Amino acid sequence: MLIKRPFDLTDNDVTDYALYQRRRDFLKTLGGIALIGASGLPLSVAAKSTFSTDEEQTPFDDITTYNNFYEFGTDKSDPAQYASMMKTSPWSVTVDGECAKPGKLNLEDILKPHSKEERIYRLRCVEGWSMVIPWLGFPLADLLKRFEPTSKAKYVSFETLFDSEQMPGQKRNVLDWPYAEGLRLDEAMHPLSFIATGLYGKDLLNQNGAPLRLVVPWKYGFKSIKSIVKISFVEKQPDTSWGRSAPGEYGFYSNVNPEVDHPRWSQRKERRIGEFRKRDTLMFNGYAEQVASLYSGLDLRKNY
Amino acid sequence: MRAQTAVQIREPYFTKAFKPVVFALALLPLALLGWGVWQDTLGANPIETITRSLGEWTLRFLLLTLLLSTLRRATGWVQGIRLRRMLGLFAFFYGVLHLLSYLWLDQFFDWAEIWYDIVERPFITVGMLAFVLMTPLALTSFKAAIRKLGRNWQRLHTLIYPLTMLGVLHFWWLADSKSRTEVPLIYAVLLAVLLGERLWRWSVPRFSKTPVTH
Repeated sequence: MLIKRPFDLTDNDVTDYALYQRRRDFLKTLGGIALIGASGLPLSVAAKSTFSTDEEQTPFDDITTYNNFYEFGTDKSDPAQYASMMKTSPWSVTVDGECAKPGKLNLEDILKPHSKEERIYRLRCVEGWSMVIPWLGFPLADLLKRFEPTSKAKYVSFETLFDSEQMPGQKRNVLDWPYAEGLRLDEAMHPLSFIATGLYGKDLLNQNGAPLRLVVPWKYGFKSIKSIVKISFVEKQPDTSWGRSAPGEYGFYSNVNPEVDHPRWSQRKERRIGEFRKRDTLMFNGYAEQVASLYSGLDLRKNY
Repeated sequence: MRAQTAVQIREPYFTKAFKPVVFALALLPLALLGWGVWQDTLGANPIETITRSLGEWTLRFLLLTLLLSTLRRATGWVQGIRLRRMLGLFAFFYGVLHLLSYLWLDQFFDWAEIWYDIVERPFITVGMLAFVLMTPLALTSFKAAIRKLGRNWQRLHTLIYPLTMLGVLHFWWLADSKSRTEVPLIYAVLLAVLLGERLWRWSVPRFSKTPVTH
């Protein structure tokens, strides 16, 4: 069934854009002054992004202590407790598959050509909670283009580090390790798809997927794979860890969709961390305007 | 001095102070949650923590209630049975709070969403059913009701078996998808032992000198 009704309007649609931007700039300036004043950091290196939301940001402590990162345990508090066991330096990423320039790059060489920008994104977990996170990083497309994917590359797959000495949660077989995720190439190339290396102006903490993680804000959080060590350009739709574990619950697309429920969680509402009342979940997590066209003609009930 | 029996040798374990102490201990989980709310130590999603904790305590008290009869049969500790009604009522008490925290804190009395949950989510369905089955047991736990219902009271209170199974299933399905079932598994094993003991005594009556009650 195609979803034919127009997508919900967002605040951006009703506020005059110039006014909206001025308000954001004003808030950012205030925030920036406060940050510099408090920390004595040099002037912000991060550029502003028109993709950012101006919704209230989730506190740093909540973002860094309430995590799903099963490599460190299945409780939300496990990652903050155990993630320091992971060594993120040295770090390298293997790129292979259908591309002209595969190879194994160390982290410095991955990061060098990219200037960091801030993206304040909503994050919606499939479990029915959400956050607003000010990420720091660069567009995924900019990274992928460097490897010159060929015309055969239809999908991109990602893998997380697999080393149970550093990731004690991997000693138990709760998921198929290494954690694997994937995107269609056009999704990966979308300007919203982002590689995060930090948040709140600081380097990413391990529990949030240091040193390099994906952020796909219109999909449920588990699509945004953490601590990436491998990127492959492939012809066929790749397997994902959650898809293998429970195919009836976790589809390949996993777009945020209030119309399509998970067997255990209604997706119509969500609790923004820090808020008392639930709020309505927006189609594509509020990014419908930007991404809905990626899925025209695709049955989102079947391709959940 | 009356004749010394096995029961009376164990009497020191059950003094007058015992029941009030257990009562106070049974309120401790609630007090700790209250403290956690006040001190803001329940994590980033305190509503989830509260709801889950109350649910787990409901199950723990149900299992404790079942354990008392098993203990009596296994060790001859008869006095423990005097705690059974209180612990059963505490199971109901935590069950009511668990349900309330779901209805109020989690869903904020959004009845449409709640009904949708009951119909669409199997784990909510069985959880609600367990609560429905628990209610008549709590309502008939006073002496007059026991007298009035007579044999039927015993029959009615065998509902503890299916409702406890539903409670464990509720927890299991919540955690299911191959990943977080370790804790529910512990409850399932404990319940299997407690129910298995009853089943064994029921099916092999020759070995059992004590009639099977809860």
